[in-house]
Amino acid sequence: MSSDVTAWASSDADEAASARNATGQGQAVRKDDPPTREGLPRQPALARRSLALRIASVVAALAAAVGLLTVPLLVTDYVLSAILVPVLALALAGIGQNLITGYAGQLSVGSAAFMSVGAFATYDVHLHVPGIPLIASFAAGGLVAALVGLIFGLPSLRIRGFYLVVSTLAAQFFVVWLFTKVPWFSNYSASGVITAPKLVVANVDLSSPGGHYWLSLLVVAPLTVLARNLVRGRVGRGWMAVRDMETAAAVVGVRTGRAKLLAFAVGSFYCGIAGALWAFAYLGTVEPHGLDLDRSFQVLFIVILGGLGSIAGPFVGAAFVILLPVAFDQIGSAIAGGSVDPGVLQNIEKILFGSLVIFILVKQPAGMVRIVENAWIRVARWRARPA
Amino acid sequence: MIFFLEVLIGGLLAGVMYTMVALGFVLIYKASGVFNFAQGSMVLFAALTLVTLLEHGLPLLLAFGAALLVMLVLAVAIERAVLRQLVNAPPMALFLATLGLAFVLEGLAQLVYGTQVHGLEIGISDAPIRGLPLEVSKLDLFAGAVAAALVTVLGVLFQKTRSGVGLRAVADDPIAALAVGLDLPRLWAIAWAGAGVVALVAGLLWGARVGVQFSLSLVVLKALPVLIIGGFSSIGGVIAGGLLVGASEKLAEVYVGPLVGGGIESWFPYVLAVGFLLVRPTGLLGERLMERV
Repeated sequence: MSSDVTAWASSDADEAASARNATGQGQAVRKDDPPTREGLPRQPALARRSLALRIASVVAALAAAVGLLTVPLLVTDYVLSAILVPVLALALAGIGQNLITGYAGQLSVGSAAFMSVGAFATYDVHLHVPGIPLIASFAAGGLVAALVGLIFGLPSLRIRGFYLVVSTLAAQFFVVWLFTKVPWFSNYSASGVITAPKLVVANVDLSSPGGHYWLSLLVVAPLTVLARNLVRGRVGRGWMAVRDMETAAAVVGVRTGRAKLLAFAVGSFYCGIAGALWAFAYLGTVEPHGLDLDRSFQVLFIVILGGLGSIAGPFVGAAFVILLPVAFDQIGSAIAGGSVDPGVLQNIEKILFGSLVIFILVKQPAGMVRIVENAWIRVARWRARPA
Repeated sequence: MIFFLEVLIGGLLAGVMYTMVALGFVLIYKASGVFNFAQGSMVLFAALTLVTLLEHGLPLLLAFGAALLVMLVLAVAIERAVLRQLVNAPPMALFLATLGLAFVLEGLAQLVYGTQVHGLEIGISDAPIRGLPLEVSKLDLFAGAVAAALVTVLGVLFQKTRSGVGLRAVADDPIAALAVGLDLPRLWAIAWAGAGVVALVAGLLWGARVGVQFSLSLVVLKALPVLIIGGFSSIGGVIAGGLLVGASEKLAEVYVGPLVGGGIESWFPYVLAVGFLLVRPTGLLGERLMERV
């Protein structure tokens, strides 16, 4: 019974496709279209169009990159360090969670454990290997997290569905315990707190809020592109086949065991790096209990709200999860003038998040990202209407 | 040797408490094939309702009755607001919805009843009974008796009553159950009401032992390994699983804990459960799964 939300949610994909045709974009060669058979000449109009489209997309990507890089010049330090950096870190963790849960269909409530492993491993590698570049430490942290994810993903070879929750819960509790009880991991600091190393990449000091943002972007952007390519390729299709019907996937030749383990490894790699970013670019210090079960739930919620089985979804979800409490605080203090008990606000927030998760699951299981897409399609359809 | 026995008995008694919580999960799992993550929050909610009523001066029986009513209303509300909307959804969506539900219930419980720790006095002493060679309290015996009674009632309910058989049919295949004319919403409401009652009883006993506080909803996560070891769909298995988890975690804490710095109770049951999963994926007494394309 491992059929998945996303498969069930794709009923309005047809709507999307027909709308694309209505706006004329449907004729453009897209990656999902069946490839042209070799030996047959491509239609010249189509080829020209595809070249133009390609140039346009390169230009758009460049513009987006420049835009994203210049953000620190436009916004305040508060926006950078309290909103953009944590959004990027959590979105990366969300992508990791989504690779495991949204694409490969394996339930996990242990993403914070993998984040924790990534953060501590990055810290230890950076500490014990003299002169190692920061990015290399991040990568090493991610690899250690991948290994740990792989180990706790092993039960997925034999079990399905909810049972995996236990394995990932084991990871969650075990990791917190390990980092609290074994002082070596935190270099014998009090209560297991680790502090960020100096953030320097290629001799550029990144310890300002803008620097933290650039570092996060430098890490998150390439990994996002990689994840997108991964899920569109053979690997990703294998994952989705396992998710939609594992037995059938095995019958058509997907190596299901390998696919699941790979999902756990890659997803945990993403979570691990996200954990290092969370610890060092956002908080500056982290303790084992800072990445506990609640953080895992937060990452899971990011994926559900943003969009299960989507790469853009976690960004939407992370932005929402970070911004909602901020907005809530503002509204709360505007109404009651700061006399509201923060505990009350926190509980209302909890209720709100819980209800939203249920609402999204009921109304739009593909998440907020699909809501945005559908709105966009509706606008496009309206603009392309016959006059 | 007497020390070993004492630890063992203590563990088994803790296991009885886990079993009680786990029963709530089994009820919902058997009825809808869903692991209900909100069971812990339901225990918290029920216990907080009960303790607040008691603190307002209601007698225990009346407060218990009122809390029972609240849980029944809650069950019906959950069925209407959440489950009915997700009839055709895959199990994973239902599971994630119960996760959202857990957040709603926790927030609601603390918003309405506050966040402080309450003591819960039900008139049954938790002090060891004198004159016995082993440390057993009246509350332990009471908990054991209640658990046995609950297990018997649930067993009869699932095996003998029309609703019970209907619930099992729904869990097996909701669509087929609908096709033969079973009233799905009513059955789900029954299952959740049952889980609410179990949550209230568990909340009562756990609250009497450790006080009513937020951590109650986490204690309940321990029921998960119990379920895995016993098998999700088996009431008998849950008893075996509960006792096994309770005993082994206490023994491990006492005999292995000191070697590695203590505190292994927090994760030992989960690792044990994972070990079990690798050897016996359907648990001790679970039903074998068949897979068709």
